[in-house]
Amino acid sequence: MATKPKIAFFDFTSCEGCQLTVIDLLQTHLGLLDLVEIVQFREAMSEKDEDYQIAFVEGSCTRKGDEARLLQIREQASMVVALGACAHLGGINALKNRWAIENVQTYVYGKNGKDAYESYPARPISAVIKVDAVIPGCPIDRYEFLRVVQLILQGRKPRLPDYPLCVECKLKENACLNTLGKPCLGPITRAGCNAICPTYGDGCEGCRGWHPEANFTYMREILRGHGLSDAEIDARFTMFNHYQFQHMGDEAPITTPISPAKDEPLPTSTFAAPKEA
Amino acid sequence: MTENIKVNVHHVTRVEGHGNIVVDVRGGTIEKCELQIVESPRFFEAMLRGRPYHQASHITSRICGICACGHATASLRATERALKVKLSEQTIRLRKLVFHGEMLDSHILHVYMLVAPDFLGVGSVIPLAKTHPEVVKRALRMKQFAGDLCATFAGRHTHPIAMTVGGFTQYPSMTRVEELRERAEAMIADVDATVELFGTLPWPNFERETEYVALVQPDEYGFIDGMIASSDGYTLPVEQYRSVTNERLVPHSTAKHTAFNRDSYMVGALARFNLKHEQLHPRAKAAAEHLGLRAPCYNPFLNSAAQVVEIVHCVDDTIRLLDETLTRGITWEAPAPVTLSPGARGVGACDVPRGTLFHEYQIGEDGLIEEANCIIPTGQNLGNIDRDMRALVPKILTEPEDQIRLKMEMLVRAYDPCISCSTHFLNVEFVGK
Ligand code: SF4
Ligand code: SF4
Ligand code: SF4
Repeated sequence: MATKPKIAFFDFTSCEGCQLTVIDLLQTHLGLLDLVEIVQFREAMSEKDEDYQIAFVEGSCTRKGDEARLLQIREQASMVVALGACAHLGGINALKNRWAIENVQTYVYGKNGKDAYESYPARPISAVIKVDAVIPGCPIDRYEFLRVVQLILQGRKPRLPDYPLCVECKLKENACLNTLGKPCLGPITRAGCNAICPTYGDGCEGCRGWHPEANFTYMREILRGHGLSDAEIDARFTMFNHYQFQHMGDEAPITTPISPAKDEPLPTSTFAAPKEA
Repeated sequence: MTENIKVNVHHVTRVEGHGNIVVDVRGGTIEKCELQIVESPRFFEAMLRGRPYHQASHITSRICGICACGHATASLRATERALKVKLSEQTIRLRKLVFHGEMLDSHILHVYMLVAPDFLGVGSVIPLAKTHPEVVKRALRMKQFAGDLCATFAGRHTHPIAMTVGGFTQYPSMTRVEELRERAEAMIADVDATVELFGTLPWPNFERETEYVALVQPDEYGFIDGMIASSDGYTLPVEQYRSVTNERLVPHSTAKHTAFNRDSYMVGALARFNLKHEQLHPRAKAAAEHLGLRAPCYNPFLNSAAQVVEIVHCVDDTIRLLDETLTRGITWEAPAPVTLSPGARGVGACDVPRGTLFHEYQIGEDGLIEEANCIIPTGQNLGNIDRDMRALVPKILTEPEDQIRLKMEMLVRAYDPCISCSTHFLNVEFVGK
């Protein structure tokens, strides 16, 4: 048998839920360990080997120190795969980008927090290094992970579905939430999760990012039809895709501020901040 | 005897998150002994400001992939208390089932994959799968049940979908509930084998009495809502959590430290066991006996044993709740209504696998969150871990360096620190040797 490809997992700013989803997959597919050699997986093992070909990277880049590590991974790996929405889109982490860094540092850590807790606006890893493949989702879908690994092992390039979530949802014969008066972002979201949220009665929140033909104007009209305010619709659009809209600049189909305003004052609230020492 | 020793464990692996242990001993005196948190801060409280209240549980479940259901539940309770939502008996019962699923998943992951390899003399769970395949297979089997328990009612363990403000957005068929009930029964043999296995492990002998804090409920060994209780004899409503946690910044950590009646306190399975062991299901009590766990227990290494006891308790309580659900059936209830008012505040508290978790929100009349605060268990344990390390180091200084390193790592691991939530963790650094 040819030598098994060596794979490594890395995490940056994340909840580690995507790595845990990989562990969950092993519950039913332990045989995966016969096909690949895992050489780094901090979540599950102490051993570490810097010799690997495929790197799965979870989490967003949120500070200077992350960049060097990402570049190092890129240098070593012949294939870099973004694992989950944090790495793919910036995800939830980018919600903090609404404010200046000093603002969020002060709110959470108090006025002494500014210097101690280094951070900058959250970015997907593709903002720092070239990414060869993406496994979207927050968290990833374990079976999509399996499919992607299989394709990579066969030397083929994984491709994401480029049609809307509604296609999968219809195939599952779900009653459409948007016709039941419940907001759902399925029409603009990239399929691939088997429409898991609508299947459980909750509208899609767009964690897989948009499909190439997404029509935001039409989507906004549907949501207005539910009586949602534009601010509320913006909040839904930006939940996982805040970074994407920020980087559309003036083109962004968003009506409320999503980036820090000039001269925005620092928060004076001590609601979340600890007592000053 | 080692006079000068510097231990640096960088990124203590097999802990969720990034941390370093730094020990610096000169001439037999401890110069430095601390757990440094090097994880990037994530600023969840700040990002909640201005978001609609119904997004809060879905945003905050992303604080931690392991405690996703716990964060979601604490978040929902904070919102529901602020918006005067009255939950149905069914919602409360189904949420408990989801919570047990997460408690089981997390405890099984911790004791089998993160703790057991230390005792069985292998580096991690991956080689363990080769040396002790039956142990790993059992762990994965149990974990799968736990995940499916969450998924049946909430759609997914990481991150729950169907739990919403006021109730659920979807309900499972009775067939799925029946199937779970059968699998729960079948799991009892695995639970017994777990108690057997952990009964044979030589827990390090070390004691340091501290203050233990947990949520207590009048009629059960529960995890959601209740009063905050301390082993120092205080009981407070959850609204007064700030007088318990007293958060402060420390230079070596991106997580805030806490202190109540002493310099530090402990939360988690051992704290819960010490405070309310009398309410455990009978089989869990027997398991504690078998594991040599007797309240009050001051050995932090036995937190892992207390987790095993809670595995037994949660399986038995799951069976009880599933039986009740099968008897009463499931009613398709719409989520209970909210009442918006200006500046409404609410506190949600849950005992998640690693200890007591608090969320507090202030929600405006427009339904947007104005203020948010989250206090996670690992942050509350950090001060106590530092103090345990300081008490442990002098006792093991004469041992070889790799033994010191392993014991320090094991101590930190016993607390099951989830650093991605307090922010990330672990590395032992032997400084200047
Ligand atoms: S994408 Fe979601 S599940 Fe995955 S690490 Fe990020 S927050 Fe966690
Ligand atoms: S529920 Fe959502 S995903 Fe499903 S068909 Fe309707 S809009 Fe599309
Ligand atoms: S339904 Fe939408 S929000 Fe849910 S997992 Fe799929 S893409 Fe993500």
